[in-house]
Amino acid sequence: MAKEVTLTIDGQQVTVPAGTVVVDAAKKIGIDIPVFCYHPKMEPVGMCRMCLVEVGRPVYDRATGELVLEEDGSPKLQFWDNLETACTIPASEGMVVKGMTEKVQKGRKDILEFLLTSHPLDCPVCDKGGECPLQNITLEYGSSESRFDFDNKIHFDKKVPLGDLIYLDRERCIQCARCVRFQRDIVEDPVIQFYNRGRKTDIVTISEPGFDSYWSGNTTDICPVGALTTADFRFGARSWELNQSASICTHCAVGCNLTYNTRREAKSGGDFVIKRAMPRQNEAVNELWICDKGRFAHHFTDSADRLTQPLMRVDGELVPVGWDEALSLAAEKFQTAGKDLVTLVSGRLPNEDLYNLQQLTAGLKGSSSLYTQMAGGDLVAQMGATEENNLSTLTAEDAILVVGSDLEEEAPIWWLGVKQAAVKGTTLIVANPRPTKTDQHADFKIRYAYGEGAAAVESLGSGAGEAGEALAKAKNVMVFFGSEGTNLAASSALAEACGDLLTKTGHSSGLVGVWPRANTQGAWDMGFRPSTEINGAKSLYIVAADPAGDDPALAEAVKAADFVVVQELFLTETAKLADLVFPAQAQTEREGSFTSGMRRVQRFYMAVKAAGDSRPDFDITAQLGAKAGIDLKGLAPSLVMSEINAKIAGYADATYTKMAQVSEQWPIINRADLFYGGTSYENNAGLGVQLGSIKKSEVFKYTDGLELPDGDLIAVPITRLYDRGTMLSKSEVLGSHLPEPFVVLNPEDAQRVKTADGMTVSITLAEESYVAVVGTDETVPTGIVLVPRSVGMPISGPAKLEIHIAETTLA
Amino acid sequence: MSEHVLLRHRDIPDINKLDVYQANDGFKIFNQVVTSMKPTEVTEIVKTSGLRGRGGAGFPTGLKWSFMDNDNWPHYFVANADESEPGTFKDREIMESNPFQFLEGLAISSYAIGANAAYIYLRGEFWQVAHFLDQKITELENANLLGDNIFGTDYSLRIYTHLGAGAYICGEETALLESMEGKRGQPRLRPPFPPSYGLFGKPTIVNNVETLTNVPAIIENGGQWYQDLGTEDTAGVKVFSLSGRVNKPGNYELPFGTTFRELIYENGGGIMDDRPIKAIMAAGASSAMIVADDKALDTPMDYASVRTLDADLGSASIIVMDDTVDIDWVINKTISFFKHESCGKCTPCREGNYWMHNLTERIHAGDASSDDVELLHNVASNIQGKCLCALGEFSIQAVLTGIERFPKDFETKVR
Repeated sequence: MAKEVTLTIDGQQVTVPAGTVVVDAAKKIGIDIPVFCYHPKMEPVGMCRMCLVEVGRPVYDRATGELVLEEDGSPKLQFWDNLETACTIPASEGMVVKGMTEKVQKGRKDILEFLLTSHPLDCPVCDKGGECPLQNITLEYGSSESRFDFDNKIHFDKKVPLGDLIYLDRERCIQCARCVRFQRDIVEDPVIQFYNRGRKTDIVTISEPGFDSYWSGNTTDICPVGALTTADFRFGARSWELNQSASICTHCAVGCNLTYNTRREAKSGGDFVIKRAMPRQNEAVNELWICDKGRFAHHFTDSADRLTQPLMRVDGELVPVGWDEALSLAAEKFQTAGKDLVTLVSGRLPNEDLYNLQQLTAGLKGSSSLYTQMAGGDLVAQMGATEENNLSTLTAEDAILVVGSDLEEEAPIWWLGVKQAAVKGTTLIVANPRPTKTDQHADFKIRYAYGEGAAAVESLGSGAGEAGEALAKAKNVMVFFGSEGTNLAASSALAEACGDLLTKTGHSSGLVGVWPRANTQGAWDMGFRPSTEINGAKSLYIVAADPAGDDPALAEAVKAADFVVVQELFLTETAKLADLVFPAQAQTEREGSFTSGMRRVQRFYMAVKAAGDSRPDFDITAQLGAKAGIDLKGLAPSLVMSEINAKIAGYADATYTKMAQVSEQWPIINRADLFYGGTSYENNAGLGVQLGSIKKSEVFKYTDGLELPDGDLIAVPITRLYDRGTMLSKSEVLGSHLPEPFVVLNPEDAQRVKTADGMTVSITLAEESYVAVVGTDETVPTGIVLVPRSVGMPISGPAKLEIHIAETTLA
Repeated sequence: MSEHVLLRHRDIPDINKLDVYQANDGFKIFNQVVTSMKPTEVTEIVKTSGLRGRGGAGFPTGLKWSFMDNDNWPHYFVANADESEPGTFKDREIMESNPFQFLEGLAISSYAIGANAAYIYLRGEFWQVAHFLDQKITELENANLLGDNIFGTDYSLRIYTHLGAGAYICGEETALLESMEGKRGQPRLRPPFPPSYGLFGKPTIVNNVETLTNVPAIIENGGQWYQDLGTEDTAGVKVFSLSGRVNKPGNYELPFGTTFRELIYENGGGIMDDRPIKAIMAAGASSAMIVADDKALDTPMDYASVRTLDADLGSASIIVMDDTVDIDWVINKTISFFKHESCGKCTPCREGNYWMHNLTERIHAGDASSDDVELLHNVASNIQGKCLCALGEFSIQAVLTGIERFPKDFETKVR
């Protein structure tokens, strides 16, 4: 714990840890010192010079070390001639800071005048207008007249694509370096940089393709002017027209807090549409950041492909039908099927919907199944992250193990959290068959052969080796297990091994599944267990999953069922095979809650009106229940949550009221001083509820490893941030980021099978043929071919793969 | 005994050859230091000599060395051979003509702070000098005067040259360190200062070439000897780079306390065509403009005395102007330079120099009004005291003092 010091700022006393910079100390007592380059998440650089203050320091007698006093007994203060920058001055005991003097006010005016000499007067057409730090500070400190000759303004390009998601307006840039520092220091993707010097200083991208980073959108939030804008929002709306709704990102298990900005538009008949997704502060989850997937992949809501009315198969065709007729038919068929009903769901669904689906299925005596290739949610429920042991609480006494996961690809914000913990001194152990970005800060790197993840973890638990010792010694341990190269069985073994490791090293919490969906953990908690065995089901109730689209074998199983109901946003391949299709509301159109992989239950709210005649999943299920004589809550998700609170182990505290509570977070950000934290939204809608561990599992069962199939080349599944999944592919702004089918292998193997980087080949995988582009990467083990999930080549686990070079490609 | 302390090549032919340098007691002192003195003893002698940094800031050298953080290793020594101040050309002559004395000074100084690696950071245009020094360093290594276990002790030292990429700001010691680390040459926030956080984050001393070249003689003759060479305020000798409208421009090694008049008229041969002297810039482009009246000409050149003229001696690059020189032209030139060299890191320097340049161009072209001169003075005042490093603060010196002390040069130019 750092020593505390007390200083006086503009007459108010404040006590802060020694080393706190004056800008932050002032913030604590509600004094907003204007800044452009300073950001509370980054090291100060003192570049913009806006935060000038007068600083007086107490004088100590050199000989005696005693405080020198004025005649009136007050401590003598020494002020320097020059103003100082409040962002670089560490608070010290007895310091007196003056920010309201004439000298300070003039100093800030001078700096602002300098900044404005090169800034264009295009606020009326600038996307930042209305939420622009420079605009706001100009209102406070700017002169109404320009002394700078307008003809001497330098003109630069106003539309420079740094990549295809971020545009730079060179004229507007004030060279604060926030974007450059964010990319270099916070996310360690130094793909943008300054070029040239002086007044010619320019932001350039040094990656190919340009601004090649999963984090690029954050730079537009912290840009204090309109220099950086996103392709998604550029010229999209004026900030003052926008409404805000709090939400939770639906794209991965982190549960980033979002604010959707919406406005009414003619193109949607005067209804609200989502204009942009913005980060909402939650220091225990995503701080002030979100990844580009979360920011740009919101267009599933406004897609023209949305289902808007129930469909029923008549004479082989799906035709529109009324809700009542459709629900009655489904209820009748499900009741008839009884134990031969299988309800298949994905972790994309909110808790309330999953609960109702589980209740309905149980009431009908059918069976339920979670559509996933990852296991271990039951263990996570028992020994997951807690209030005391999560990414935001780790210290140098703690340790993290990341196993079988390319964390930045699978859950970018967790990668950031793990990295930040490692920088603070938490011991980081990374175990994976190939190197990943997480390795950069690893204290220990463990390589194992694909299929032997559980064994690698088991050997750590034996206490052998430095890494094992570090785990045993650590106060708290967090274990992130992912799905790199595993199938369901191997995933189960890995999860069990991780649980066993925690137990053996004397820990009872900290297990985190790097789940593929936002609410996979919630699905486990609501009682769903993974299985893709849908063969033999008389009736299938498939909600938010597309097995037929993912895998031809599963398509056959769907076809084999007597009666299939699909509840979806889109007419998926599975929906096309259905007898009944129920149009569901998107997560953005309704209320609900997700349970993150770190077991934080968080509420989201309605952002826009539902598409067409779609209904929320929990309500559709309740209405089905009503037809089948099963009483379920359908009026409001809050009613369902009350039942969950009463019935689901560990969820008693996860009430809607508690989830909506907020407490002060640091840094203090708000819309009143955008210059400090950026345009990330303050959180006034709830920080969520962190669940605790519910009980301790004693017996862990796992096999040593996964037997890889025989073959010259073995395909293993990996997860990439951008794939072609249902929820992602509707966002055209992501364009080229959504990959065509591709495989990655070692250059040696590539040479051996006579292919090369960039070549289009035909591959055979699980008896199906696909066309894919070859990438080579020397970090891929020989004999292994990485096959990304959800890009059009179904892969549920390691499998034999053949590469065929078409004659045409060779020529 | 040589007449010069630093420019000894002017007395001893071929002293840039190792055998000649050694024949004149070269590396005797380094040997003595490494084999028989403690590092702190070396620092103490430099402290008592009163040697101050010759790069411009005049910070006491021995005191700087004593700030080294001895709980953080390794230590590095960096010789600042960026010599970029317009009107300064002394370090180049030293390195080209008396290289071994500089290298011996660097070696002794490295020993004093416990550095096993020393770097010479040269401006990019000095690539021939760097090549020349590389050869000299190789000769020293071949002669076992550099390398491992020097003079049979456990002290090892390697010296490397490093070329900059053409930026004035890289003469600023923290920008220099950034540049050496392969980053953009921009000054760091200070504190922390290089003796606690320097090259690659390790304790580092950055000293000017001329400063280091003094060191062997100081160790040989003692601190008091050096003190006695200069004035009470500023010890020792200095190489004054004299340029401008003088008959004999060049480097002159003189004791501190020599007057401007002696330098300009006795050493420099007076003003060209015997015209009247008008102004002096004592610290290159970073100077205040000194009105060259009798009082100024009779002022002794040491740090404190020059300060009485509301100017600084800086690196002692004395630029002399006669009555043919218009001061508005001079400040247009200096601002053109600073606008080009501003690194762009901090707002007032980046934007202010661009603005001032627009104004000085207009004034010099005769397209300005008296309001523009007033505006120029005001813009310069607004820059003052707000910059991240000294470059911005230096850039306004000639502007402010030029307008204040030579108002007629502006009155005749404006509409």
